[in-house]
Amino acid sequence: MNEQARTAVRGLWRDAGRRLTGNRIALAALGVIVLVALFALLAPALSPWGYDSLDWEHLALPPGASAAHWLGTDRLGRDLLVRTLHGVRLSLLISVLASLVSLVIGVLWGAVAGLAGGRTDGWMMRLVDVLYSLPYLFIVIILTTLWRRGSIAALLLALGAVGWLTTARIVRGQALALKQREFIEAARAVGVPAPAILLRHIVPNLLGPVLVYATLIVPQMIVFESFLSFLGLGVQEPHASLGNLILTGAQEMESAPWLLLVPAAFLVVLLICFNFLGDGLRDAFDPRAR
Amino acid sequence: MLSYALRRIAGTVPTLLVIISVSFCVVRLAPGGPFAQEQALPPPVRANLERLYGLDQPLTVQYAHYLRGLLRGDFGPSLGQRDFTVSELIAQGLPLSATLGLAAILLAVLTGVPAGVLAALWRNRGADYCITTLAAVALALPSFVTGPLFALVFGLYLRWLPVAGWQHGAPRYLVLPVLTLALPVAAYLARLTRASLLEVLGAHYVLSARARGLGAARVLWRHALRPALMPAVSYLGPAVAFVMTGSLVVETVFGLPGTGRYLVEGAIDRDYPLVMGMVVVYGSLTLLLNLIADLIYGALDPGVRRE
Amino acid sequence: MPSIPARAEAAAAPVVLSLSRLTVTFDTPRGSITAAREVTLQVERGECLGVVGESGAGKSQVFLAVMGLLAGNGRAQGSARFLGTELLRLAPAALDRVRGAGIGMVFQDPMSSLTPHLTVGEQIAEVIRRHRGVGRAAARAAALALLERVQVSDPERRMRQYPHQLSGGLRQRVMIAIALSSEPQLLIADEPTTSLDVTVQAQILALLAGLKRERAMAMVLITHDFGAVAGVADRVAVLREGCIVETGPVAAVLKAPRDPYTRTLLRDTPRLDAATDAAGQAPGTSAAPRVAALTLTDLTVRFDVGRGLFRPHARLTAVSAVSLELYAGESLGVVGESGCGKSTLVRAALQLLRPAAGRVVWMGQALGDLPKGALRALRRDLQIIFQDPLGSLDPRMTVGEIVGEPLRVHAPDLDRGARAAQLAAVLRRVGLTAELASRYPHELSGGQCQRVGIARATILRPRLLVCDEPVSALDVPTQQQIVTLLAQLQRESGMCLLFVSHNLALVRQLCERVLVLYLGRMMELAPAHSLYTGPRHPYTRELLAAVPVPDPDIQPARLARARPGEPPSPLSPPSGCVYRTRCPHAAAVCAERIPEWEELPDGRRVACHRWRELP
Repeated sequence: MNEQARTAVRGLWRDAGRRLTGNRIALAALGVIVLVALFALLAPALSPWGYDSLDWEHLALPPGASAAHWLGTDRLGRDLLVRTLHGVRLSLLISVLASLVSLVIGVLWGAVAGLAGGRTDGWMMRLVDVLYSLPYLFIVIILTTLWRRGSIAALLLALGAVGWLTTARIVRGQALALKQREFIEAARAVGVPAPAILLRHIVPNLLGPVLVYATLIVPQMIVFESFLSFLGLGVQEPHASLGNLILTGAQEMESAPWLLLVPAAFLVVLLICFNFLGDGLRDAFDPRAR
Repeated sequence: MLSYALRRIAGTVPTLLVIISVSFCVVRLAPGGPFAQEQALPPPVRANLERLYGLDQPLTVQYAHYLRGLLRGDFGPSLGQRDFTVSELIAQGLPLSATLGLAAILLAVLTGVPAGVLAALWRNRGADYCITTLAAVALALPSFVTGPLFALVFGLYLRWLPVAGWQHGAPRYLVLPVLTLALPVAAYLARLTRASLLEVLGAHYVLSARARGLGAARVLWRHALRPALMPAVSYLGPAVAFVMTGSLVVETVFGLPGTGRYLVEGAIDRDYPLVMGMVVVYGSLTLLLNLIADLIYGALDPGVRRE
Repeated sequence: MPSIPARAEAAAAPVVLSLSRLTVTFDTPRGSITAAREVTLQVERGECLGVVGESGAGKSQVFLAVMGLLAGNGRAQGSARFLGTELLRLAPAALDRVRGAGIGMVFQDPMSSLTPHLTVGEQIAEVIRRHRGVGRAAARAAALALLERVQVSDPERRMRQYPHQLSGGLRQRVMIAIALSSEPQLLIADEPTTSLDVTVQAQILALLAGLKRERAMAMVLITHDFGAVAGVADRVAVLREGCIVETGPVAAVLKAPRDPYTRTLLRDTPRLDAATDAAGQAPGTSAAPRVAALTLTDLTVRFDVGRGLFRPHARLTAVSAVSLELYAGESLGVVGESGCGKSTLVRAALQLLRPAAGRVVWMGQALGDLPKGALRALRRDLQIIFQDPLGSLDPRMTVGEIVGEPLRVHAPDLDRGARAAQLAAVLRRVGLTAELASRYPHELSGGQCQRVGIARATILRPRLLVCDEPVSALDVPTQQQIVTLLAQLQRESGMCLLFVSHNLALVRQLCERVLVLYLGRMMELAPAHSLYTGPRHPYTRELLAAVPVPDPDIQPARLARARPGEPPSPLSPPSGCVYRTRCPHAAAVCAERIPEWEELPDGRRVACHRWRELP
């Protein structure tokens, strides 16, 4: 990155950082996310139980009933806390990767459409509109059938393939608006070559909205992933993801409601925190929005 | 207005064709056929089965055959549930799914939009904070969490409503599923309406209408409300897609015999005609409802039709 | 509950509106801001008070407070009495009876001030029914009569149209009709002509002046333009930073201002009838033979409009066959109303837009034929400054980076020290201090932003500087500073200046020759002095007649001569001479042939079939 772009980004981050630190809800949400993620990363290593180790002496144990299993066990005697944390880890991993995939596709697609304009833009966005008008699950389900069931790669691709649509729209809108701004014309009038205009003027100005959207897309991906696993199309037993844990919990909620409540609580807390963080970031980067 | 409607209708036909063609290709590209899972099947039997369903023919021939069938309203036989045609399966499940979906959207519009209007009018007061916080939480909760939770609380603990089942459309059995489906849509509509009404209330033409002494109620009703509802109207299309997706979960959670499960089961079993049938039915429904939303939009906004 | 006194009482009380120590404050997260401080003024029956000030002087907020229309965080203290009724403490229902019924209001931007989804007829009739308590049919008839009174052509059809189907001038007439619909005793017009073209401006001001006379209403005209005040107002109040600095009869204030601020404002308002022309000399008289630096030949620019993947595009010809020579060291003004193609013309001249036809030759080189790299290298000689001072600066760059960018492109080998020295020198030249180099554009004022734009354009010492409406977004004193700066830079460097503006008075100050455009076509090109003192083309005459002159002795008479009509859509220009649909001298030939671009004996050029026959 050249010197100017670096200063530009620094200015952007400095302003945004100042506004974000003033937003207590967003900061608290960020704290909770970091805490849960750290816990999910470390706890399985600290616990004597693995995500698939069976404890034959404690089958379907409710939470608090034994010091060995803080949040109880499932029907097979697997530790629920360990499995949930394992699920959080897998869900986070898949969603972050899928977010990256969809961001890359979306930014490229939107930037090309917005900058090219005219007919190219028309056709590219028409495709996005068509895909948008379909229930996203159609696409995901059809794409998951392309691979063996439970394949993480298939899941990533399917999720990424859906998530890029909104990114593409946002980036395209920004690029179109930027292109018409007078400072871009001013750069052309000065004689700045096209690649330098892109790098020095367009990219730094696109960065803010894309970064904000990136934090909003992660919770969406968590939901998508859990949703597919819930339907039996995603992560498969004995691996745990939040989705298939909730599925098991829903099936056994009459006899063992904690199997539903524990993973659901983790999921809900994560999602709400991500949404508050995303809203906070959006306000921080673009104080005019709302 | 009529020419606008005709233009929009003409636009959806090629879209539907593209959707059908693309999903036809993708589904066929998937590895493993409908008979790959049944391991015991000896090769000659399998070949016979494939010949019976025309799967041994070139893809283009199959595609042309499929399109011809569609024109007659024939979705072909189900490869997974071999005693039924896809049309029969859809005819069994669709009425329930459609009832669910429409009831959910109706409920969402009737609660979400007024909530958004109230929140905007009472901006930064207690009721506004309540509505926006509730909406934020409801939006963050996916239906596969709220569904089981509703069943747990209202069904198992409070025993107000049945946990699952259907009993041929007894309304009591539909309350929880409809609530589950409607909640996030209502929350989104409330958010959208609040934001857009706030924007409209700050517009010059609202100031100007107030300056004419028309009175707050009339300014809101006649000058501000219609433009403020436009974003909600254009969200109706996506809302339909959202509800269709949600119905997969809701039908699983509450044990309802709708069409939602077909798509998942069809995908898992490689039941091509069933998946395709679902794509065609849901795709056309989505497009149709999007079209209706667009037409409402055009009717409300004189500027749209001009272009 | 207080009520509005009956009309009979009103006739007895000459004072319609009386403000006494009115203070308007806004609560913001950073503390409270005072928009208006202890404003005291009166408006009498049959009188028009002009309220003048720069943007942000608080003039609009005072009258929004009177109407009870302040934003949610605004508060008004003091007293505002309308026919004896205290407005500031009125209950909402009673206030609604005053608004509209007693006081009508017209806003600046007629597009955004009309409800987009209601027809014109619905909006007028609604107010009539509300305040006059008549039925549907009577309201409709009254609405029609009102539209006729505000000189809307074809009122039956207009009643059924939506605001977006009307031109700017028509919309403002509709706004005035709405404001008059309940026969108010006070009309408040808040910058009613600011967003309109100069010829339409004159029409609207003439309409307001006529209405005031005819109805003996009280009127408040809020404006930043002394020219508008001179034509309509009887008394003037000058506001500065929320305080009234001077009030008095219009003639006294405009001719012999006592307050130093009023004097500054008046001095900085460019006058069409000013005796001095650009640099005091007319180029027609200068003896030295002149070399053409920039030559445009039959330059034509078209745009595709209308979207859609399948539907054919409509073609809009924004600039049609413009030929022009710009001499070395010359300053040339390009004037015309919005949509006349003046900005498009200069952008095409700089090859920022690709012309559909025609040639651009700069110092003997045809710019259209140059390879990209060579054109880029040439850009160091051809620079431009833009209309929107803030929008033309990258918000994520510091002033130093923005101004230094041309150096990075055209002098990449320059070492750090030399670059810094050049940067400091150019900032000084445009009147900015060196410490501004580390600031971001949004931290600067509009005038400072425009100086940054000028610094960027002049750091390489270009030989042509194009100025596209460089001051139209700025307040009057700032405008004057920027124009003075441009004139000074041109004198020092001897560069050519191509100055695009809709402000004819400003162009007269700066430019030696002036080109008049209408609907993308050349109407007249002449030395400034002869163009302003003896225009030949009927359009030039109309344009000049419409420019408001801040002189109460002559401006009312000028307004009275305002001609009707607005430019037709550039999508379907008239045949033959494009101006003929508005031209008072149009003859049959004007519809048949496009007039030739004739050179007159005195060196000026005109495109008109009938210029010879005109007085």
